Parts: sequence; C-alpha cells; structure tokens
Amino acid sequence: MNETRHPLRLPGTAIVAALAMLFLYVPIVVLAVLSFNASDLTTIWTGFSLQWYAKALGNETMLVAIGNSLMVAAAATGIATAAATSAALGIVRSGRRLRGVVEGLLGLPLLIPEIVTAVALLMLFVLAGIRLGLMSVVLAHTVFCIPFAYYPIRSRLAALDPALSEAASDLYAPAWRRFLRIELPLLAPGIFAGALLAFISSLGDFVITYFVAGPGATTLPVYIYGMIRTGITPEVNALSTLLLLTSVVIVAVVFRSGTTPANQTRGDQMS
Amino acid sequence: MRSISTSPSLLAAPAALFLIVFMLVPVGLMIYVSSLERGAFGGVAWGSHTGIAYEKLLFERDLTGQISFNSDYIAIILRSLRLAAITTAITLVLGIPTALYMASLPPRHAAFMLFLVTVPFWTNLLVRNFAWILILRNGGPLDSALAATGILTPPLDILYTPLATGIGLTYSFLPFMILPIYVALERIDKRLIEAAFDLGADRWRVLSRVVLPLAAPGIAAGAILVFVPCLGAYVSPELLGGGKSLMIGNLIQAQFGASRNWPFGAALALVLLLVLLLSLILVARIKRREQAAS
Repeated sequence: MNETRHPLRLPGTAIVAALAMLFLYVPIVVLAVLSFNASDLTTIWTGFSLQWYAKALGNETMLVAIGNSLMVAAAATGIATAAATSAALGIVRSGRRLRGVVEGLLGLPLLIPEIVTAVALLMLFVLAGIRLGLMSVVLAHTVFCIPFAYYPIRSRLAALDPALSEAASDLYAPAWRRFLRIELPLLAPGIFAGALLAFISSLGDFVITYFVAGPGATTLPVYIYGMIRTGITPEVNALSTLLLLTSVVIVAVVFRSGTTPANQTRGDQMS
Repeated sequence: MRSISTSPSLLAAPAALFLIVFMLVPVGLMIYVSSLERGAFGGVAWGSHTGIAYEKLLFERDLTGQISFNSDYIAIILRSLRLAAITTAITLVLGIPTALYMASLPPRHAAFMLFLVTVPFWTNLLVRNFAWILILRNGGPLDSALAATGILTPPLDILYTPLATGIGLTYSFLPFMILPIYVALERIDKRLIEAAFDLGADRWRVLSRVVLPLAAPGIAAGAILVFVPCLGAYVSPELLGGGKSLMIGNLIQAQFGASRNWPFGAALALVLLLVLLLSLILVARIKRREQAAS
C-alpha cells in the first residue's frame, strides 16, 4: 500500500462514488436533452428544437403560476429571514436551556414529515377560517423557510468574534447601532445564504402547497404536477430544465458566498 | 430599543411564536381531530369524541354494524415501512463509500463533489421524479438501452410498480445520506487515524474501528434524514408507483381529498409521527451505546 495516499482512500470507494454520481445525474441529463427534442413523442429523438421552451413560456396560466411562486417565495423568504436573523442574535446571547428549547422548535419543520405539516396546517386554516389562497401558502412556506434561513445565519454567527459586539457596547454604541454597523455587515454572507436557501425551498415546495393553496393560488410546482397528471408533454421537460438551471445557479451562488450548504443542511442540527 | 439590549432572548420570540402558532398548534389540533367523529359532509363533528378513527386502522364495519378485521390499511403502513427501510439501506450502501471517497479528496475536488451532491438536493422533487417517469416508461431510454444489449426483452413494465417507487425514493433522498456522513468524516481528527496506522492497524481495521465509529453520528443522522421523508413520501409513490403501491402519505392525502374523512386522516398522520418518534429514540439509543463503547 502506498502510504502517501489519504488514509480514507479505500479500494472500491471511487467506483461506488462514480456510480452514485451517474445515478444522480443521468436522469437530469436525459430530462434536459429531451427538452430540446423536436418530436412530441418525448422519448424518441428526432432533432433539435426550442419549440417546447417557446410553448411553455408562451403559456398564460403557467406565467401566472410562476408569478404566484415568485411572490410567495419573496414574501416567505422575507419574513423567515428577518425572524431567523433575529432568533440567531437572540439565542447566541441567551442561556443554554432556552437555546435548546428554541432550537428544537426551529428544527421541528424539518423533522416532521411534510405530509403531516401539510394536513395539520390545512386543518388549522380551515378551522380558524383563514381563506385558502396566496396568504395561507405564504404562512405555510414561512414555517419551513425559518429553519432553512436560520442554520446558515447561526453558523456564521458562531464563527464571529463576540469581542467585536462587546467592543461596540463598551464604546457606548446603542443596540440598534451595534446591530446595523457591526453585526449586520459581518452576518451578511450568512443571511444571504440563508435567504437563498429559504427562497429555493419555497420555490420548489409541492406537497405543503398542494394542500393549503386554494384554487386561485396555483404555484409552479402545483401547475407542473397537474401537467404531469394529465399527460406527459415535452413542455414539462422544458419547464423542468429551466427549474433545474435555477437550482444550479442558486446553489453555485451559495457555494461561492463561502458558506457551503452541506454544513447547514439538515445533517448539521442532528449530528 | 433598550429592551433589546436588556433582554436579548426576546429577539428569538417572533420566530418561536410563529412556529408555536403554525407548527405546534396545528399538530395539537390534528391530534384532537383524530379523536372526533367525521362530519356528515366532510370536516368533523365537534364535541363527539370517539375512537372510531383508530378502530378503522384495523377493523371495518359493514352497514349492519358488524365489525370485522381489515388488513388493508395495515398492509399500506407495512409497505411504507418496508420501502423506507429498503431505501435507507440502499442509500447507506451507496452513501458511505461515496462520502469516504469525497473525504479522501483534496479540498478543491471535494468542494466540487459537494456541489454535485448538493444540486439535486435543492432541485425540485417533482422534476426529479418526473425524470424517472421518462426513463422507466415502456419504450423509454432504459427499455431501448436494455433491448440493445439483448439481455432483457422490452417492455420491462417497471413504471407504476413498487420498484419504481423505490427507485424514485432512493433518487430523491440519496443526497440526504451523503451530506451528513461527509460532514462527520470531515470533522474527524486526522491524528486519530494516523495514530491507528502507526500502531499497525490496516486500512479496513482503521475503517471499522476508528473511522466508522467516529462517523456514527453522521451515519445515524443520514439514516434518519432518509427514513423519515421516505416513510411520509407522497410524490414518488403518487407519480411512479401508480395505484398498486400506495404509501401512508397517499392514504393520508386521500382522507383530505376524495374520501373526506379528516379524523381518519389525522389518525394516520399521528401514527406516522409516532413511528417516526420511535425510530428517532431507537437511533438515539444506538448512538449512545456506540459512544459508550468507544
């Protein structure tokens, strides 16, 4: 054995890793390639064409759905990021027990299966007389956006030197100025990453939206679901490829911002 | 503004309150609804408490009120448990070596692979399951590829079977397994591994006696993160499984859609939560035992 190699490099792991990557990417590639297919038989290649993109983007109902999705994602991200930033700042200065309780509460939406959250919220909305529509969707999305926004902000905050805030206080900076001039700029990359992750999870959510959206509040995933159920057309391929591209861009931006999503995704809170 | 500086914990109040109102209260409401009788036109009959929603899990009543054993729902719950367990096992088998390989790479390459694993994690679940409809369809790429090799004769008829659901679940949740294991491996103090080598242990011994025990919390987290959403899955069985491989998630949805039986739907959702809680306790106990052993 060559001792200069990394101690974790075991024979066979490279092959399994390659297989896993193939498994993850072959379906995505097939989907993207077929979206440029001229034929409407979806799985038989007949030539290159952008017609399905034109068709998808020229579809009025779908544009409304995209508009709804963006509106909901923007509202839920805004509320969740503000609440998560505030919570992170509050928890870092509070006692161990309170921190445990609040962090447990913040982690709940990621731990409880989506379908349970969906039906529980549906019952709450119906029984409390909250009309099912964009408003109920925003409230429901904020629930799971809070933890997604919270973890990157918390890990950024944990890496900060508390002496900076203390110095500001020692120099008689009022709390609001300490926040605006010291903490906010230092936390900005974490807040940015958290907001993006909240945005992308809101944009992608199907199950919870499906339950709590009224007839007038169709989001893009709910619309796509309807399309898949009524018959598979290459338009869905084109739309899916566009969504895929959005995720690639957002994940790339989050990676470049320096806080890698792997450290703040669900694994972190539990390990 | 003074109150912020005097009591910083208050800053956590908005998020905490929001989750109490829109997470804890709804789950409490759900438990309450599961104890009610269904309303005549859907919804629930307030005030009339009954265990009928739970009785329905095991028994059925015919029109004359005769009670007989009904295994339909238990079969769906068992199928869900089986599919979730198999998916967890497959993602473990794929995930541990993949995470080990990632952890053995130089930082730049590891970061790129991390990116590759993370992209599907954040890609729309519907889109990813839809991709498998295209692949598994009769006459689809898999059919053509296998026909070309001459091993099997198409059509394979995989789509709309439990196998298709299993493939969709594995595909959906594999990143959930790789990421926490990789993070755990990254955090291992490399000096421990070197010490084991210095003391004459070979690679497999180092892996089984040092690396895997130290990565156990990540492996346990990965197992939970795959098992939990699999058990409550709705999209994969709905799109890929067809009517023949319903899971609990589909059954719950039906109670709030066509069947209009909220109490039964709430009871099923509670059963799902309890099974999940049990598996969490189990994993926590295994974790504690491993820690005590090491």
